Amino acid sequence: MWKRYVLAGLVVAYAFGTWSAYRGEHDAPVADALVFEGMATWQAQNCVACHQLFGLGGYLGPDLTNVISDAGDARVRTFVKYGSGRMPAHPMSAEELDGLVAFLAWVDATGTSRVPEHAVHWTGTYVLDP
Amino acid sequence: MNNALRVQIGTALVLLLLALLIGLLAALSYSFPALGALVSFKHLRPAHVSAALFWIITGATVGVVHYRGEVWRSSTPSPYHKAFVLLWIVAVVAILFAYAGGRFGGREYWEFPPVIGLLILAAWVLLLVDHLRAWVRRTPEPPLYVWMWTTGVFFFLLTFIEQNLWQIDWFRQTYVREITVQWRSNGAMVGAWNQMIYGTALYLMTRISGDDALARGPKVFLFWFLGLANLMFNWGHHIYNVPTAAWIRHVAYGISMLEWIFFINIIRGFKAKLGEYGRHKKGITYRFLVSAELWVFLNLFLALLMSIPAVNRYTHGTHITVAHAMGTTIGINTMILLGSFTYMLGMDREERGKRWLGVGLRIALFGLGAFWLALLIAGAIKGWRTTALGITDHQRVMRPVNAVLEYFVASGAVLALGLGIVAVVLLNRLLGSWRRHQACLHQEDQANWK
Repeated sequence: MWKRYVLAGLVVAYAFGTWSAYRGEHDAPVADALVFEGMATWQAQNCVACHQLFGLGGYLGPDLTNVISDAGDARVRTFVKYGSGRMPAHPMSAEELDGLVAFLAWVDATGTSRVPEHAVHWTGTYVLDP
Repeated sequence: MNNALRVQIGTALVLLLLALLIGLLAALSYSFPALGALVSFKHLRPAHVSAALFWIITGATVGVVHYRGEVWRSSTPSPYHKAFVLLWIVAVVAILFAYAGGRFGGREYWEFPPVIGLLILAAWVLLLVDHLRAWVRRTPEPPLYVWMWTTGVFFFLLTFIEQNLWQIDWFRQTYVREITVQWRSNGAMVGAWNQMIYGTALYLMTRISGDDALARGPKVFLFWFLGLANLMFNWGHHIYNVPTAAWIRHVAYGISMLEWIFFINIIRGFKAKLGEYGRHKKGITYRFLVSAELWVFLNLFLALLMSIPAVNRYTHGTHITVAHAMGTTIGINTMILLGSFTYMLGMDREERGKRWLGVGLRIALFGLGAFWLALLIAGAIKGWRTTALGITDHQRVMRPVNAVLEYFVASGAVLALGLGIVAVVLLNRLLGSWRRHQACLHQEDQANWK
């Protein structure tokens, strides 16, 4: 019988955790239609095969979480259109490119991929600014 | 064994061979950019990952369906099971064709157009219905492996649906929510197939040792609950660096640290395991299962370190994460599944095949060890250069890493050779078993005519 109680307790905690995780407690920027279009382009071009966002994704190219603030959107547009080194050119319409840049700017405004040293708490966890 | 199950095993093994072949091609296109211009990495990576994932998931379902039949004494395939196998194969083929045609549209690891997901969803609902029908009719006090199979099948469906919630705009309104939902579902889904696969490993251990107490009693259930809590709450370690609600990070860190209990338990049981090994080392199934245990030990230690955020700061986004993923999917999941297939196909009674399986296993373990070490070294260099030295230019970061990756490609080829030998031997045996089955049917037909 105790097994059923433990299982039920875990399921309830999981359901509560789901609700809390989805609701969230953060003030990250909200996506608009252009960002959604850019996200669709990111997925259709399968950029994640080679690039990471927040350290999640492929390993061939650089992490692009903060590429807009680090390199600027003009450089991003050039790289996408003409390629560079191992990165092939990705021909796309001006609207698609605008969307992709808007998507990357939206991700960039969320936070930084690298955790600063001062955010590491003595217990080993992070204390990040929301 | 019925024909639906034979087709399912054959599909799983063909997917393993495809994963090895495409993985080799991807590695070569990485090392030789000229080849990369011919076959793009953008196509090869998702094809390799999907073939590997579907090898593991298909293999996991084979274990659930076949051993459930053994436990509940039923080998006749239900129409639900047959329909599951059919839809599942159609989905896998559609995914591989979509990649070949350059049609993407999903998320990392599931990068196919989301409409194909409907086939997977329908197939899995059939599998769940089939499983629950059998559960309700036959099990008054189920052993732990039956609980593990059931939670695995149930959570896979739940996490697969969750993984597709991004198609509703609200779930990607902010990037924090979007990435939280994605990695929550991905992390828990790995836990779901692990439940199915570890359930199979536990079942095989009870059969080999003849001791059913291994799957009953309060202690084994307590450990299972701990594993289940990990499935439900430790996914947060994937997104430590994302500014989510702080509790997600703290809960994941706390739950991950409970895994030290598993680790200490493995060390405590080490002496007893050595005695067991002496008794069963000639059995090929047992050798695959022991290999998986070795990798559980190594990978759990790595996972424990990576779950400490202060350490994760150096390892996240580096090849150490890949080492962990490869150690789990190849060292643990693949070893258990191959061991399970050797048991199903009665390889211990077939001397020549058993010898080749032993050769393949030794080559694969050697290759995997070298492969894993190469990834750890590459990841350590990358983590040090990006986090400790603060180098931001990708080319500069990767310069010393690329030399280690050549060694990684070479060890990957050795690993592929070893696993390839095992898969071919098993496919050959499967084909032989199908031919014998057909011959028996033919003889029965002739006898009936007479």
